[in-house]
Amino acid sequence: MNHALIILGIGLVAGPLLGGLAGGLDRIVTARLQARTGPPVWQPYYDVIKLMAKELVVVNGWQAFCVYSYLFASMLALILFVMQSDLLLILFTQALGAVFLAMGALASTSPYSQVGAHRELLQILTYEPLLFLVGVGIFLETGSFKISVVMQWKDPLILKLPLLFAALGYVMIIKLRKSPFDLAASHHAHQELVRGVFTDFSGPLLGMIEIGHWYDTVLILGICSLFWATGPVPMAALAAAAYATIILIDNAAARLNWRWMLGHVWAMGLALALVNLICRHQG
Amino acid sequence: MPIQWLDKLIRRARVKSPWLLHFDCGSCNGCDIEVLACLTPVYDVERFGIVNVGNPLHADLLLVTGTVNRRNGRVLTNLYEQMAAPKVVVAIGSCGLSGGIFRTAYNVIGGVDQMIPVDVYVPGCPPRPEAIIDGVFLALDRLSRPAKSSDRPPLKPVAGRSSP
Repeated sequence: MNHALIILGIGLVAGPLLGGLAGGLDRIVTARLQARTGPPVWQPYYDVIKLMAKELVVVNGWQAFCVYSYLFASMLALILFVMQSDLLLILFTQALGAVFLAMGALASTSPYSQVGAHRELLQILTYEPLLFLVGVGIFLETGSFKISVVMQWKDPLILKLPLLFAALGYVMIIKLRKSPFDLAASHHAHQELVRGVFTDFSGPLLGMIEIGHWYDTVLILGICSLFWATGPVPMAALAAAAYATIILIDNAAARLNWRWMLGHVWAMGLALALVNLICRHQG
Repeated sequence: MPIQWLDKLIRRARVKSPWLLHFDCGSCNGCDIEVLACLTPVYDVERFGIVNVGNPLHADLLLVTGTVNRRNGRVLTNLYEQMAAPKVVVAIGSCGLSGGIFRTAYNVIGGVDQMIPVDVYVPGCPPRPEAIIDGVFLALDRLSRPAKSSDRPPLKPVAGRSSP
């Protein structure tokens, strides 16, 4: 019982702690790549504290309900991950959270928010099959969807599933809202849609979405680290290397439109994933 | 004691994370170029956590350049009213302060303070980016103090302002 509570606490704290720091490092690295100095590393915490203390402006009740549900689903997904639960359950929980966020944006009548929500749904449509195939690949390799089994696997999965890991890279770029697939809401500056799916959320609700995004970040980096789950050091190293590569791509790439995203990610991502799975299991 | 500590933390976070909205009330673009220069690598205001957001719902800080006339005054008031409290307003340039060389034009109401309450005035035609950053920091000083009800008088009806 006590052990379960400690794991629950780790799951709850890991999201804001690691996710916020990752966000701060991202902003510094991005600034340095653009010949700027950038904000302090704890800038995301200042942003969220400020947002939580602002006046609450809600368009309608559904919007607030969807934000609470999104935050709850994101927290639950990370807690399930830390408890080494079933990978399929985790994937479905995080998908539920992502859909609630799009529903919250659809609850307001602002055209920016509406178009942002449609793009968010297209992003979910694009990455969900790949994320599911990653789960299937891990199952075919280790014989279980349980993360506890994956963690005890002796060989690094990335050596057996390198193409599937590349497909997971697409998922990570979309999920972390990075260029070239940051159609629904970009992290940096404003875009043609103002702030896309976040346009009509403000103050504490936006702060909660930001906290939910921290949990999502840690979860997706955690799924990425499962590909070298032979110990804490290789796991952290793989996640850090993947995150650094994504920041580099973010700064080097322009934003693509949804047709490019859907066509490219489905053609390349599904091909990479299926080729890898067929090669491993042809006999 | 924890309440005081929390209050201090919140006020510090407000000063460290001002998101700004820039609205051009029909200026000659001189001031706007200087405002945008603050965001470039030379001045890099993101060092101070300042982010340029295009959305009044997310903004804490409203930078206004240019003269207010009967047409754009309504837009300015609308943007100001959409911003969630606490918020501060910085008027930039001679035109934003008083109407500048356009103040006698038939359609011009005057400076930004004819429409919405202004916290800091940054003079100049155009002001240098250093002066704008200085003005923003004076405005942030206001955010770091506990709010008083006298700080924010209600909007007064002005000719040209749309009635809600």
